Amino acid sequence: MYVYNDCDQQIVNDRVAQFRDQMQRYLAGKISSDEFLPLRLQNGLYIQRHAPMLRIAIPYGMLSAKQMRMLAHVARTYDKGYGHFSTRQNMQLHWPKLEQVPDILADLASVQMHSIQTSGNCIRNTTTDQFAGVAKDEIEDPRPYCELIRQWSTFHPEFAYLPRKFKIAVNAVRSADRAATMVHDIGLHLVTNATGENGFKVFVGGGLGRTPVIGSLVREFLPKEHLLSYLEAILRVYNRYGRRDNKHKARIKILVRALTPEKFTEMVEQEWQQIKDGPSTVTTAEIERLKSFFTEPDYETLPEIDTSFEAHRTQEKVFANWVSRNVYPHKKPGYAAVTLSLKKTGIAPGDATHEQMDIMADLAERYSFGELRVSHEQNIVLADVKQSDLYPLWQDAKRYGFATPTLGLLTDMICCPGGDFCALANAKSIPIAQQIQERFNDLDYLYDIGDLDLNISGCMNACGHHHVGNIGILGVDKKGAEFYQVSLGGSSGIDASLGNILGPSFSEDAIADVIEKIVDVYVANRIEEERFIDTYRRIGIDPFKQQVYRNA
Amino acid sequence: MPNDSTQHCIIKDGIIQPDHWHLVTIPETGNYDIPPGDIIVPLKLWQEQADTLSQHPGKVGIWINSHEEPEWIADKLRQLPLIAINFPIFTDGRGYSYARLLRERYHFQGEIRAIGDVTQDQLFYMRRCGFDSFALKEGKDMETALNGLATISQSYQAAVDQPQPLFRRR
Ligand code: SF4
Repeated sequence: MYVYNDCDQQIVNDRVAQFRDQMQRYLAGKISSDEFLPLRLQNGLYIQRHAPMLRIAIPYGMLSAKQMRMLAHVARTYDKGYGHFSTRQNMQLHWPKLEQVPDILADLASVQMHSIQTSGNCIRNTTTDQFAGVAKDEIEDPRPYCELIRQWSTFHPEFAYLPRKFKIAVNAVRSADRAATMVHDIGLHLVTNATGENGFKVFVGGGLGRTPVIGSLVREFLPKEHLLSYLEAILRVYNRYGRRDNKHKARIKILVRALTPEKFTEMVEQEWQQIKDGPSTVTTAEIERLKSFFTEPDYETLPEIDTSFEAHRTQEKVFANWVSRNVYPHKKPGYAAVTLSLKKTGIAPGDATHEQMDIMADLAERYSFGELRVSHEQNIVLADVKQSDLYPLWQDAKRYGFATPTLGLLTDMICCPGGDFCALANAKSIPIAQQIQERFNDLDYLYDIGDLDLNISGCMNACGHHHVGNIGILGVDKKGAEFYQVSLGGSSGIDASLGNILGPSFSEDAIADVIEKIVDVYVANRIEEERFIDTYRRIGIDPFKQQVYRNA
Repeated sequence: MPNDSTQHCIIKDGIIQPDHWHLVTIPETGNYDIPPGDIIVPLKLWQEQADTLSQHPGKVGIWINSHEEPEWIADKLRQLPLIAINFPIFTDGRGYSYARLLRERYHFQGEIRAIGDVTQDQLFYMRRCGFDSFALKEGKDMETALNGLATISQSYQAAVDQPQPLFRRR
């Protein structure tokens, strides 16, 4: 993991002092709430329906056990004892006291954490694959580049007042896209060119929200040393020409579309030609320095398959199920990456109590070199577990409620906080998730349905990424009542696509039936091992429509 | 519109000092006066009345609004002792790019002044982008605002105040 030196530490310490001063000036009435708004937002502090909300940055999802314990400590000391892990690898506290936020930040700074730029119209936390560094078909570990981007974007003086928020995600594997890069303002793919050199393929203007768009390719190959100057060129064009007159048209995707991707690319390239090869050109020494923080832990030399693990797997079906869903293959023989599920029925997806956070930290120390990761699907990953430890880890995970063996299945939903917590919501989302989890509580049936992403957002802002769910559910307001619109066919993976709306929306109590009918159509139509998304792509939306609205 | 009342003091070169410049704004309707002394005129006026202004007894700087681009004046910078960039509202961040372009691309050596909705918490970013004077929004305390200039003591990126990114200085 990246470890701060004095300079890095100084920057977060200065930020704590700065924010303490801003908070004092606000509470003393020296700055208006309008003036305070962007200041607190750039520190991840919202004022929500019921209470303030504080979003803590977890850069590209990496956490040490010590940092996880600090999250437990702040949840326990300053909040109601739990936190919510979000789709952008951050953690949110939903009930902190406004005047205590500077103290929370000071506690976080003591373990090299912060909430800088977790909200507001600036460059947000850069996200990546939760299996970075351990995935088998990875071109190169993306984390040194994520850290490079983190440092470059932190307090970037030119881009603190952008037209709108700005999110960057990095992917480094060929076979998947676990960071949903195609629906980010900038999506970077690590690729190898014809001469064997690694660099970035650059996509711009993807996004969800009111106008969902898949990113446009603006550059086939960007040599690494030019990463920062190229990002700077994109951001400068956006800062200058992005719309500022209408908040709903201010994201870079609207600019790219208005100019056309060709014209936009031309403007970026022109700007880049003038700043390329300047001091922001990344030095080999810096890349090496950053890489030195992400070296391999002390792996043991192990056989490809551990015999005790195999024995448990054949003897215990429940363990085998868990392994089939929640354990991911590792590049090192004898190791595996394990996902601790935060999707237990009856609990809001992504929520963890302070006790659970402490336990996860313990498990990380016991089984995974003391490191954890937060995934885009709102679960926690231990990335370096020995196969021989999988069985005892599973038993621990079961004991503490992290072993829901449903990763990637229908009930492993992405879900935003929705109407229970969020002031912008049209409708509640967590009760919908619970309703579906209760309906689909038969594990055998869930396994039979197989891979299916179901995403839920409480409003058009799409924090629950409903557009890219194989099944997407969106809360809408119908004459003051909470209704839900269903869409099918979205995907955030390497074959990214946006869902199509099924038809008129449904009331809250109808949702579980509707999802069941949709799944029935899939099961009746699938060919052999076909996934839901593949069946949908083959047969189209009509059979689903007919089934769902038949008696309506 | 920036505030056109006579501003007696500004923050410049890191301290509070008296200001001798008069900011000229053109009302939608009616007449306007060009005061004697050193003046900062709107870009449009400067372009339209170049001849008259060349006779002005005093220095003439210009101010640009957030939609008026530095490229438009890039070839005339040597005539200008001062360029003010207006922030119609603090959330409009185009001026930050403009200041950097004026300094880094067009090598403008004169004064770059932030005017309009300018408050303490923007000063750090503005200074880094090449602004060297700041006419604070009316009613804001200049003494405390000075704290805003260097609120973060280290910076990662290259900018006007520090052309070398931190990774070249580590
Ligand atoms: S999608 Fe809407 S309701 Fe859900 S968290 Fe985002 S803003 Fe709130």
